[in-house]
Amino acid sequence: MSRESRTFRFVLTFCIMFIFWLLLSWWTIYLIEPFDLTMLLSKGVLASLIVTCLTYEMFVPSRSEKVLLKLRRFLGYIIWELYQIVLATIDVAYRVVGTLPVDPRIIEFDTTLRSDFALVTFANSITLTPGTITINVEPERGRYMVHAIAKEPADSLEVDQTMQKYVGYVFLEE
Amino acid sequence: MIIPFLVTGILIGCTILACSYRAMIGPGTFNRIVAANVIGTKAIVLLVVVGFIFERPQFLDIAIMYAAISFIGTIIIAKYAERGELCSP
Amino acid sequence: MLPIEILSTIFLAGGAFFMIAGTAGLYKFPDFYTRLHATGKCDTMGQVLIIFGCMIYEGWSYITIKLLLVSAFYLLAGPAGTHALMKAGYVTGIKPWKKGDQRN
Repeated sequence: MSRESRTFRFVLTFCIMFIFWLLLSWWTIYLIEPFDLTMLLSKGVLASLIVTCLTYEMFVPSRSEKVLLKLRRFLGYIIWELYQIVLATIDVAYRVVGTLPVDPRIIEFDTTLRSDFALVTFANSITLTPGTITINVEPERGRYMVHAIAKEPADSLEVDQTMQKYVGYVFLEE
Repeated sequence: MIIPFLVTGILIGCTILACSYRAMIGPGTFNRIVAANVIGTKAIVLLVVVGFIFERPQFLDIAIMYAAISFIGTIIIAKYAERGELCSP
Repeated sequence: MLPIEILSTIFLAGGAFFMIAGTAGLYKFPDFYTRLHATGKCDTMGQVLIIFGCMIYEGWSYITIKLLLVSAFYLLAGPAGTHALMKAGYVTGIKPWKKGDQRN
């Protein structure tokens, strides 16, 4: 780990922590008279510095390639994912009422994903999309064990594989 | 414009009571853990709605902290039930 | 009522409906895994809808940003908690319910 990389990670974590502190507590600044900005901001700087010293090694794990391209694709993916959450909830509501059958099963399949962020994103997406929940992930082989509530959601993961392809497209790991 | 928030808060409170009944009867440990997890989620939303009813934005800070603590509690209980210990030597 | 208030009421009602649906699933579904299906999804959706209704009612202020933080944190943390419970149940050895079994 080179020195520039450590400095970069430290500064990045500090900026994110300080912006988070401002978001949570900048409204108290206007409540206090007289208006003493230096004193108030120094508290925030101190707090975020302590948190940064504790967590900067975990917060930004390593540098990666083509961050902006991934970020742009990831924003589009989040919108698609919100639409999938709406579908999932309506699906479960139908099964609660009783118009769709409940026929649970456990399936396993392999994917081409390897990096940590892609694995976590895909696992959370499986949990939030209709009728499936991740049970276990083996990161070396990209193997997922999934509990599906009926046959159609299991088929949509095993046969169609639209979501794997989309996550692979987002993180450039096809 | 306080009536919709009031009705929503009362409905969420009723669902919390129903979930606590499942936590009482539920066969086995894990059904009770699921019910407790659900109660945590609904309590976050109830805190937000109560903050809007009383017009006190400080409730939102409590909601953020409660979300963090509820999540950590769920993870710790799940890991403890899974392995019987919290960290391997 | 203003149009904004009507819109926010619609979102609040939708969120309350999904919360009630999740609780009904907690009672109706046959075993531990399927109950997690009901609660994990319906609660996430109901929470997003109710907080979105509050955001519409509030307009632009720091409260909106805090509400967004609560919602985004739960969208990240909820599936992780559900997955942790699911894996704990599977490793502990709870039998999944098959069609035709006795419900417990």
